[in-house]
Amino acid sequence: MTVGEIAAALHLEVIGANADLSREVRGGYASDLLSCAMAGAKPGDVWVTLQAHLNVVAVASLTEVAGVIITEGARPDADTVKRADQESIALLGTKEDTFSTVARLVKLGVGEPVSG
Amino acid sequence: MDLHLHTVLSACAEIEMLPPLIVERALELGLAAIAITDHNSAENAGAVREAALGSGLVVFPGMELRTREEVDLLALFEEEGAALALQERVYQALGEDRNRPEFFGEQIVVDAEGNPIRQCNRLLQRALPFPIGPAVELVKSLGGLCIAAHADRPTYGIVSNLGFIPPGLPLDGVEISRYSEVDAFRQGTPGAAGLGVASFGDAHRLSEISDRTEMWLEDATLGEVDLAFRQAAGRRLRVRPDRHREQS
Repeated sequence: MTVGEIAAALHLEVIGANADLSREVRGGYASDLLSCAMAGAKPGDVWVTLQAHLNVVAVASLTEVAGVIITEGARPDADTVKRADQESIALLGTKEDTFSTVARLVKLGVGEPVSG
Repeated sequence: MDLHLHTVLSACAEIEMLPPLIVERALELGLAAIAITDHNSAENAGAVREAALGSGLVVFPGMELRTREEVDLLALFEEEGAALALQERVYQALGEDRNRPEFFGEQIVVDAEGNPIRQCNRLLQRALPFPIGPAVELVKSLGGLCIAAHADRPTYGIVSNLGFIPPGLPLDGVEISRYSEVDAFRQGTPGAAGLGVASFGDAHRLSEISDRTEMWLEDATLGEVDLAFRQAAGRRLRVRPDRHREQS
């Protein structure tokens, strides 16, 4: 499943104009401590957080996650969106909280072993 | 100097954190200046200033802000008016949630002698809606210094919560706790290069008031402290490496 398919299924807002929605999502990760995300998020994960700071983009780039879902209606500022666009990082917004978002992701099959 | 102290206005502080006792302990340690930095409030700063009158101890009014990212920042001011102007902005933003002393502890506004005047009913120890960038800008626009608090700690620290010190954030310096050494912190922290590092007490009890950070200044003003953090104009600061002193 791609980031774009997840965005469509969960009605997430695609923030920015240059998000790479074609990345394949292989798993999920949730934390609001960026120090934890740096250590725990894996390439291909979709990272769920309520942080919207510019450093989120740097950590997303560093960990090579497939995309970031920013929960609880938190809004990245213009610099953050600009940097995400430069790096083609998909920032996806939702008003829902992290628990509900993760529950929906699991329901979609994120995190389950891909067969075949 | 110890520029990070709590009073009984901070729910987490011990009941002994009263103006005359704080001043007495600071003088005993030979400190030239302290700052009063309660969580999201400056309501007791004036009382400590008054308690220090005539003692030679300089008291900077300030506040420990908690940003939207749950990063704590020290806001330090020369004048009480500026601290109170920040407090007004903070109180507007905090909303009306009331403190529940049975869970969080009491938040006591006191006079210069340490007598209780009233409880602060707002729940002070919570995150503000300001993101860190605008929070730093706000402090600086009011003429204050803004220092990232206990940046080495796993909770409410800039590194734990944001992964590293954001490049371009106009901080005036960084504080580390008594548990860390400056060199190790600098080496292990991306973004710390170029920022002055101090280690204040973050005192919640009298025994935690700290003389670990020494500054060489012309006089005890905030402008001079700023120079010391920047190691400019011959001013400097040094954090003593004797952190393994007794902790109580």
